[in-house]
Amino acid sequence: MFQSFLIKYAEIGIKGKNRYLFEDALLSHVHHALKRLDGQFTVTKESGRIYAHAGAPFDYDEVTEALTCVFGVAAVCPLKRVEDLGFEALKKQVVEYMEETYPDKTFTFKVNTRRVNKQYPGSSEQMNRDLGEVILETFPQTRVDVHHPDVLLNVEIRPKGVNLYSRVIPGPGGMPVGTNGRAMLLLSGGIDSPVAGYMIAKRGVKIEAVYFHAPPYTSERARQKVVDLAREVSRYSGPIKLHVVNFTDIQLAIYDKCPHEELTIIMRRYMMRIAEELAVKDNCQGLITGESIGQVASQTVHSLAVTNEVCSLPVFRPVIGFDKQDIVDIALKIGTYETSIEPYEDCCTIFVAKHPVTKPVLEKIRKSERNLEEQIEGMLKEAVETAEIVWC
Amino acid sequence: MEAYFDNSATTQVFDSAREAVIRAMTADYGNAAARHMKGVEAERIIKEARKEIAGSLKAQDKEILFTSGGTESNNMAVIGTALANQRAGKHIITSSIEHPSVYNSMAFLEKQGFEVTYLPVDSCGHISVRDLEEAIREDTILVSVMYVNNEIGAVEPVEEISACIRRKNPAILFHADGVQAYGKYEIRPKRQGIDLLSASGHKIHGPKGVGFLYINERVKILPLLYGGGQQKGMRPGTENVPGCAGLGAAVKEIYTDHAARTEALYGLRERLIAGLEQIEGVVINGSVDRSSAPQIVSAAFKGVRSEVLLHALEAKGIYVSSGSACSSNHPGHSGTLKAIGADREILDSTLRFSFGAFNTEAEVDYALGELRELLPGLRRYRAK
Repeated sequence: MFQSFLIKYAEIGIKGKNRYLFEDALLSHVHHALKRLDGQFTVTKESGRIYAHAGAPFDYDEVTEALTCVFGVAAVCPLKRVEDLGFEALKKQVVEYMEETYPDKTFTFKVNTRRVNKQYPGSSEQMNRDLGEVILETFPQTRVDVHHPDVLLNVEIRPKGVNLYSRVIPGPGGMPVGTNGRAMLLLSGGIDSPVAGYMIAKRGVKIEAVYFHAPPYTSERARQKVVDLAREVSRYSGPIKLHVVNFTDIQLAIYDKCPHEELTIIMRRYMMRIAEELAVKDNCQGLITGESIGQVASQTVHSLAVTNEVCSLPVFRPVIGFDKQDIVDIALKIGTYETSIEPYEDCCTIFVAKHPVTKPVLEKIRKSERNLEEQIEGMLKEAVETAEIVWC
Repeated sequence: MEAYFDNSATTQVFDSAREAVIRAMTADYGNAAARHMKGVEAERIIKEARKEIAGSLKAQDKEILFTSGGTESNNMAVIGTALANQRAGKHIITSSIEHPSVYNSMAFLEKQGFEVTYLPVDSCGHISVRDLEEAIREDTILVSVMYVNNEIGAVEPVEEISACIRRKNPAILFHADGVQAYGKYEIRPKRQGIDLLSASGHKIHGPKGVGFLYINERVKILPLLYGGGQQKGMRPGTENVPGCAGLGAAVKEIYTDHAARTEALYGLRERLIAGLEQIEGVVINGSVDRSSAPQIVSAAFKGVRSEVLLHALEAKGIYVSSGSACSSNHPGHSGTLKAIGADREILDSTLRFSFGAFNTEAEVDYALGELRELLPGLRRYRAK
């Protein structure tokens, strides 16, 4: 019965003169989300609103699912467009709409009429009352509640017809991807980093990703798992350029030359350096990590400070203050959790010390790194240059 | 050089099997149940394959049932006989090192009210016939023990098991999971007292998705699937003509010059074991002599995680498995190794090398050379 969807957006509305940039981006993302689905949708912008109209039969769940993955969408309202045949006909059309949409009639409601077509006779107030009355008469189990209705029936009188809608499916919110710059996500196989990428992408940032591969210590399957995770995040963020960096030699060099309890923190410093180089090469303005204070030894505030010291780009850590369960909840919601818990080891855990440092001192770490002086620059350069690119 | 030593997971198909499959998909693509010529041709292919298999077991054609492979054969053997014979009793005996397709069938039956006894194994992976004798009860209806273990190559005392059953209660059925044994041994179910024998095509250089279950004509068994009456209603569904054709061709080839094939596999096995014994910190699981199956070597490389060594070998073109490929998608350790009493260090560092018809001595030497080169480095880098 629904032929169209009204796509509501919230934050874009306040962007002043740049507003059209945000709207056009959102329009294009909605268009991309729908173009591979059945329904031959046309996406249009009409007086500050975005509509998707179906030109052929479509799968309702598939379409709402696709629309609620688009960042910038505050809500999706499936709507029924009826012909304007006068007010008496409208009463029938409204009753018919309620009949079709709500099999169970025990609810409270309110009618909200908007007369975009000001030529339409009568006042909105009067129309609300009249339409409410006919609904009450037809469905005696319903009640009116003007403050907290279960169902808010919107009746929009437009020049070309009347829109009826009452269902509101919440969208992800945020801003259209690509309207807020570009950043490089350090993607491991864990639960946190895909969530971090999702959260930053949601703010309109185009993301790329880097994964550190350490064969033979990490397997092809661990790499595939990261590709899968990037694909899952890309459902929201759009295509992700994934850089796969071979990290084995650097890791073994650290193992050979540095104190074992500092291995992880030194390793992470080099990862940040490589990520930053790749980021700069691709015009990213920031880095993203899934770090969360205190989760592991390398994520104490001391450790984060020492890791952060190697970068000059800002590092975004959107889950920094989250408890693990909060992160898991988001991972479950966005669908990355199942993949994240596949049991393949990543390179952060393979050589981990029993008692890694939790309060590293920058000077001491720098001193340890001096043991690598002769070889490390060449190795970092090679790691960046030989990074393999996988589009996800 | 490439060395594929994971033949117990799956094998490369014989040219003859590939040709037979292609022929059955191109020229002879009919439905074996159709009345016209195309159907008759397809039916003939199936008959020939059945005959080939029956011949290899010295069994009757009607005792061979085509299935989708080892898992279905094992499921049908265990569940199909249990359900058909439950009025005689609801007790089943199996070993503690069975393949998941037997083990999980048992778990299913337990939920249906059957009682299952799991026999322990010794350090070489063998069950004891004395344990079996003690486990047999009035209401025992089925004994299911694998012929060759897939993880360490232990060969179970099949004939002693059937003799024991005959002594105690001849009505008890004996199922042998022969997936790792068929094609390696000359199996004679009637003489050896095996009532049901499972086998799989892709372990013997045939195609995947096809296998068979030998069912002695006296066995009462229920089908798992219900449909259009193909294979006398025991396994309905349009016959997998290409699969059967490929399986038949593979059986024909593997049982041609069979003694020489087995000898060649033992040659590879012994060459690898001799080489491994020269490397420090290597432990062979199970027995090293010819009481074990010819195609499997299970070895622990102390001080290296099996996953890591597996991937390091992979980078050199050498393909092996850690534990059994069927269960390697799941975390945790091998059931067989635990059952033979292997400690944590062995469990964490064991690899399985399994040979097939295409392997050569040069490949074994290559693998040994690479192992000698890789191990010191891998042993140096480990969690402290």
